[in-house]
Amino acid sequence: MTIGPLEPRTLADTPPLAVPATGESSWSRRHLLDLDDFSADELDLVLRTADTMKEVLSREVPRVPALRGKTVVTLFYENSTRTRASFELAGKVLGADVINVSASGSSVTKGESLIDTVQTLQAIGADVLVMRHHRSGAPYLAARHAHCSVVNAGDGLHAHPTQALLDLLTIRNAVGDVRGKRIVIVGDVLHSRVARSNIWSLTALGAEVVVSAPPTLVPKDLGRTAEGNLPPVRIEIDLDRAIEGADVVMALRMQHERMQGAFVPGTREYSKLYQVNAERMARARPAALVLHPGPMNEGVEISHEVAHGLQSRVEEQVTNGVAIRMAVLWLITRTGGRPPQPASTAGGSL
Amino acid sequence: MSDRIADVSIEGGRVAAVAPRLEARGSAEIDARGLIAAPGFVDLHTHLRDPGLEYKEDIESGTRAAARGGFTTICAMPNTEPAMDTRSVVEYVLREAASRAHVRVLPIGAVSKGRAGCELAELGDLAATGCVAFSDDGAPVRDATLMRRALEYAGGFGLPVIDHCEDPALAQDAVMNESWVSTRLGLRGAPPAGEETAVARDIALAEATGTHVHIAHVSTRGAIEAIRRAKERGVRVTAEVTPHHLVLTDEAVAFGVDAGHELIFDTNAKVNPPLRSQDDVDACVAGLADGTIDCIATDHAPHAEVEKLCEFDDAAFGISGLETAFGLCMRNVHAGRLPLARLIEALTTGPVGALRLDRHVPGIGTIAVGAHADIVLLDPDAEWVVEPARFASKGKNTPLAGVTLRGAVAATIAGGRIVHRSEVPVG
Repeated sequence: MTIGPLEPRTLADTPPLAVPATGESSWSRRHLLDLDDFSADELDLVLRTADTMKEVLSREVPRVPALRGKTVVTLFYENSTRTRASFELAGKVLGADVINVSASGSSVTKGESLIDTVQTLQAIGADVLVMRHHRSGAPYLAARHAHCSVVNAGDGLHAHPTQALLDLLTIRNAVGDVRGKRIVIVGDVLHSRVARSNIWSLTALGAEVVVSAPPTLVPKDLGRTAEGNLPPVRIEIDLDRAIEGADVVMALRMQHERMQGAFVPGTREYSKLYQVNAERMARARPAALVLHPGPMNEGVEISHEVAHGLQSRVEEQVTNGVAIRMAVLWLITRTGGRPPQPASTAGGSL
Repeated sequence: MSDRIADVSIEGGRVAAVAPRLEARGSAEIDARGLIAAPGFVDLHTHLRDPGLEYKEDIESGTRAAARGGFTTICAMPNTEPAMDTRSVVEYVLREAASRAHVRVLPIGAVSKGRAGCELAELGDLAATGCVAFSDDGAPVRDATLMRRALEYAGGFGLPVIDHCEDPALAQDAVMNESWVSTRLGLRGAPPAGEETAVARDIALAEATGTHVHIAHVSTRGAIEAIRRAKERGVRVTAEVTPHHLVLTDEAVAFGVDAGHELIFDTNAKVNPPLRSQDDVDACVAGLADGTIDCIATDHAPHAEVEKLCEFDDAAFGISGLETAFGLCMRNVHAGRLPLARLIEALTTGPVGALRLDRHVPGIGTIAVGAHADIVLLDPDAEWVVEPARFASKGKNTPLAGVTLRGAVAATIAGGRIVHRSEVPVG
């Protein structure tokens, strides 16, 4: 057995991490559960921190010791490729120890309860618990019973805040300030935690969000309830009308089991009415962006041509995902484990 | 019901006299000045969990909780294990109650064998054993033909069928009300229409068979309007509403009761039928006030802590409600939405009339001379904080933990015995 050569450079050779000062917008969160109560300032702070992280990722040796000595545990009750890999890499780039735990089953019915699992991982030394769960609200339960920080990596149909943040970073990098921009979210919004989190962050920043889906896949009361209950969006069932003048078109995955659940008659009619394709994109603004949280069903909710065309930002979304998760882990661990403190004025280096 | 200031004397477990001034003849005396003496409350809908689920509640703990809530009679729902679908199980409940219960227990028999919704249980034998009604509660009677046969057959014994109205297809996988709150939380919602179509079916069957159907825990405006129209036509339908559906909305699931705007996914607010919208709550209160809804019933559904300390979807449905019923309902009285007299009626003569319980227990729901001395002393203005750890019920599952209620049960007398006295001196 041979042992490969050691990394020729050490961490000591790496330039420091120039993170934005947090003083101006007082980050005090121990957990990241959703974006529903994020201010514009907080969103901006995450994006600016992510910009710094992108710089780190572009280095020849993308490593900084910002989280050295910290333990990040990814606890996934649901399969995931990109989100889990993205969090794992984010932790490693920042020098944290990363442990991956896969779990299945639910409390009561089988085996260990969620709270017991969380407390066990905490006892092992987890500083941050990155959690994906098929039940809406599960990370909230974990956060209530944990001393460590909890980051929601997707819960049921409820929220997927880091996906929404990486979408926001992708959009902002292309169009700048999202205020007044028309962002069309197309497809199965009813079953989409990605859409729910995106709607909160985009509307908090003043974007005009239009949801286009068959009426069976529009969540109850969305676009029809009193201000403050749900974010203000416009529902436009006709995608051709919705897409008119769009700056960004976000397509959502259409799961095949929804067809069997009789939400829509079938793939053929669905793709006819709701596929994001070149013909439809012609109605949007020239150079409008196309996003998709993945994994894509090409030929169903998005055409192959558009998914891989010039307007597509699907790959950039994945790259931005690592930077966003680095930013989140960094910000969270500054407050994690301790009660919220007055923000330090020190940004600077480490 | 007439209101007046009076003394009540009790002898041999029965009311001996009611008069402006009675001499205490050396026996125990309760000074109830400043309190309201009302007939003991009657709950048509209590889950005692005994036999089989004693880790949640048993006949002793459940009836002690009832006494603390001011209830002197409770009707025990048959979703026990085994179900109360045969004479022997009902006899067990009656025997246990005779030796261990703090208040009167009237059994409700299952409609179908094993509550499976396939074959009728032996309703005649159950009636002869002392059941006061039939229900598959916890589950609706899905099959319309079985419901029709149950009504026809039960009608022969003069007993009503109580139905939990829910269209299983419309409520599939639902864990809360369908509204902006379910959208916000990403939880599957049950549309009010699922209750309303089931209520409409039962009304049609009651009309067709001429048998009395009692609608359990109504919770939607549409269901109440359907019942109102049916009653106007003379259909034999009665209905109950729970304290929680008279006060709490589905927002309690998201944020808790009297709380802020932080999401908590409160499993203690998970109940079936689910907490609905403010508009539905308003309709419940108005329906109770105008008599469309006959009475208040707690749907007391105690669970063990682990059954609520889990993911929302996996949590059990139900609220432990006996001990908070009066205080919670009093919110509507203090807010001027419901007269106190109507509230007391809805907890006493209302339920007695709905199931005609005076056929089984003469004088129940009154403080008439000769009736069983079932009396509750109420302090409508006493404030107290709900502390589930101090519940007599084994079920600590309530969304009201830490909430202040105004209106307390100062003492409960069941069959002439003091079965509850508030620890906090009143007055």
